[in-house]
Amino acid sequence: MEPILEMRGITKSFPGVKALDDVNLKVSHGEIHALVGENGAGKSTLMKVLSGVYPHGSYEGEIVFDGRPVAFSGISDSEKIGIIIIHQELALVPLLSIAENIFLGNEIAKGGVIDWSETNARTDRLLRKVGLKESPATRVDTLGVGKQQLVEIAKALSKEVKLLILDEPTAALQENDSAKLLDLLLDFKAQGISSILISHKLNEVSRVADTITVLRDGRTVSTLDCHKEKISEERIIRDMVGRDLAHRYPERTPKIGATLLEVTGWNVWHPLQSDRQMIRDVSLRVAEGEVVGIAGLMGSGRTELAMSLFGHSYGRNISGTVKLRGKEIDVSSVNRAIANGLAYVTEDRKALGLILEENMLRNVTLANLLRVAKNGVIDNAEERQVAERYRKALGVRTPTVFQKVMNLSGGNQQKVVLAKWLFTEPEVLILDEPTRGIDVGAKFEIYGIINELAGQGKGVVMISSEMPELLGMCDRIYVMNEGAIVGELAGIEASQEKIMSMIVRS
Amino acid sequence: MSELSARETKPAEGLGEAKAAGAAVSIATHLQNHLREYGMLLALIVIMGFFQVVTDGTLMRPVNLTNLILQNSYIVIMALGMLLVIVAGHIDLSVGSVAGFVGAVAAVMLVQYDLAPALVVPACLILGIMIGAAQGYWIAYWRIPSFIVTLAGMLVFRGLTLWVLAGQSVGPFPRSFQLLSTGFIPDIFGVGRPNVTAILLGAATAAILVFMAMRNRQRHMRYGTEDEPFAFFVAKNGFIAAAIIFLSYLLATYRGFPNVLITMAVLTVIYTFLTNSTTVGRRVYALGGNEKAAKLSGIRTERLTFLTFANMGMLAALAGLIFAARLNTATPKAGVGFELDVIAAVFIGGASMSGGVGKIVGAVVGAFIMGVMNNGMSILGIGIDYQQVIKGLVLLAAVIFDVYNKNKAA
Repeated sequence: MEPILEMRGITKSFPGVKALDDVNLKVSHGEIHALVGENGAGKSTLMKVLSGVYPHGSYEGEIVFDGRPVAFSGISDSEKIGIIIIHQELALVPLLSIAENIFLGNEIAKGGVIDWSETNARTDRLLRKVGLKESPATRVDTLGVGKQQLVEIAKALSKEVKLLILDEPTAALQENDSAKLLDLLLDFKAQGISSILISHKLNEVSRVADTITVLRDGRTVSTLDCHKEKISEERIIRDMVGRDLAHRYPERTPKIGATLLEVTGWNVWHPLQSDRQMIRDVSLRVAEGEVVGIAGLMGSGRTELAMSLFGHSYGRNISGTVKLRGKEIDVSSVNRAIANGLAYVTEDRKALGLILEENMLRNVTLANLLRVAKNGVIDNAEERQVAERYRKALGVRTPTVFQKVMNLSGGNQQKVVLAKWLFTEPEVLILDEPTRGIDVGAKFEIYGIINELAGQGKGVVMISSEMPELLGMCDRIYVMNEGAIVGELAGIEASQEKIMSMIVRS
Repeated sequence: MSELSARETKPAEGLGEAKAAGAAVSIATHLQNHLREYGMLLALIVIMGFFQVVTDGTLMRPVNLTNLILQNSYIVIMALGMLLVIVAGHIDLSVGSVAGFVGAVAAVMLVQYDLAPALVVPACLILGIMIGAAQGYWIAYWRIPSFIVTLAGMLVFRGLTLWVLAGQSVGPFPRSFQLLSTGFIPDIFGVGRPNVTAILLGAATAAILVFMAMRNRQRHMRYGTEDEPFAFFVAKNGFIAAAIIFLSYLLATYRGFPNVLITMAVLTVIYTFLTNSTTVGRRVYALGGNEKAAKLSGIRTERLTFLTFANMGMLAALAGLIFAARLNTATPKAGVGFELDVIAAVFIGGASMSGGVGKIVGAVVGAFIMGVMNNGMSILGIGIDYQQVIKGLVLLAAVIFDVYNKNKAA
């Protein structure tokens, strides 16, 4: 088939780093082309070259679109000829309506006066195309992430898109929304719109992609045709990381001891709407050396449960008891929760876990500063030793511990957050989406760390939206729905089907 | 957990290789890497040099130098507190009014009630703490934006100043109170001029600074984190030591060290130590950098914000006392516009509007840049109209320089 896009020999250097090295990418008309690779492999850089964020002349190589060589000097040039990119971080204005967002910067207007009836009519048509049943006047901030994603796509459609680029579109979506989005891509394909899908979720990639291009360290490693042969996930992973991951989840022989943490009758109400109960009578226990999973859809209350347990950081009118080794403990403030042996690794490491402007060292010691201080004065040498110890133990890849964490990759940032909590010497760690947004290699390392902690006799609670991860890692899985625990499965007997049916039947 | 690091170490993508390269960097690259840190100090030196030339040497004349310190002391003292407020992610617009109000209260206590300075000074400092705490309470525990709370405070305390003074100036003060600002460290050697005590104090300060810098460098070398070329280290510290001794000598040929210089220096040392080396300081930076993450790390962010404002109140009160003592009278206009000079000093010194970034030394240097410009332009007889324009442009230029540097680095 005639390619709609051909990028040939693209090389892009930054001072000291070659981000892209002779990369080739060929996208055929009307196909879904998946672009995969670890974080830092060069996917985003390549898409920035394609969309004109890096203007013509700042890179080597050529781009042929629709049979003609093109040279963009900015993102508006690429949009004009139908290349639309939807970024991972959505670019919608929350306080404006769907219609206003879709036509933002591209308003249907005469002499500066907006034609609202035409705007709304067109928005309506676009929303129907993406299968979003909302009024064009609905404010965007009242929509969930999944629906916002659809608004972004509708916005792309309003610009006569020929090639749609989606950067991690399902990272923040729960499973059924992801499925809908992928179906939409297949729809577009039927209409002849090509798309490039950047994703870490290989099951999605193998479901919809016609062709897969794998990037590693700024080079094209392989281009796989999914129609010629069946491409296994293992094969893709091998290309991505350059080696076999013998097992996606490292082996561990569980040594489960006595009960460590026991929560009974935990109830939490919404912080603002006092009549809304978010957590209903939850009871759970975690033993020494045990990895306990909490499965559930987004909005099922997993994060709310974790945060309310960790120093009442979420919710009001919290009731219930928390026992550690059979003794009731006070978790009513973050300080007390930490002092009593709890640690909570948040799902949003940038917003809630790290001080991005500060270096690794300062982030690691933040939650336990008193350990490296005497009479309120910080012992620099001691602090540095601590940071170095965790850098080595967790394999944080940074030239020095004085590197600002904003300059680290997602996986390394996550290790810094883990280091911070390990330094508080917790007995029970609650890990909320510990591998979100990090690449396969780093995931494997994080799993290794989790196993190591369990091996040391710590209790680990793992919250995850990726069910295979829970199935691969956990000794026992609680299933949550609408704020209540609706089931409990031993790791060996658990399966995605069983978990889903527990959620659906509750 | 050593077996965890199964993969070979490779630096994360996008890191500057130069930073990892260690001691091998040249002086030029070192300067480039630390442009922000030295930039403002260089700017201060250039500005001083400029005014020294255009005022025919008046700027550095001992009398004027003494004046410069007396004029600036209250701005520097408030800048110390304001740096913490701004690093914590807030702003305090009320400091000028609070300084004026506390000065007025002190005046009334001293003159109309005839109370002893030894009682008035601590009472006024406590009053300042209470004012800061009152504002901090709403900001920290009720989450009312500091801009609004302190804007209200600015109006309230300006009004109260007028009320306390009944619209008139109150003074003069007892001699012992004036010493707060216009007193000098006596020459214990009795030589008079030049004041030997001042020279010795200056030399001792220089020696201590050099000693501490050397110790610091040694420690960094031990950890392999030193990136300052040795020649640069020697030149920098030599220059700083020489400058301190030279300035002490100049002051010594007049009346020696003003009391307020000692107050200022001691406070600067204390707050530098507080921000660099203590848990409280570290937590203020964390609070400003990411309040939510700080909170989830067990930091009591509300209390910390509250304390930051209480501290600001105390320093504003101290500044108010010093200002009143200097004028030997409390006027309804005292402190008008101080907050702008103080905030400008902190931003010129490199603090970030969004919080989490800023240094005490930067704020002090920023305050002196403003002060030298005020002083130099006054000597030249430049009208207050142009002075304002020029000061405004300097503030803008400093922040643009900051943003430009940041963008270049990214």
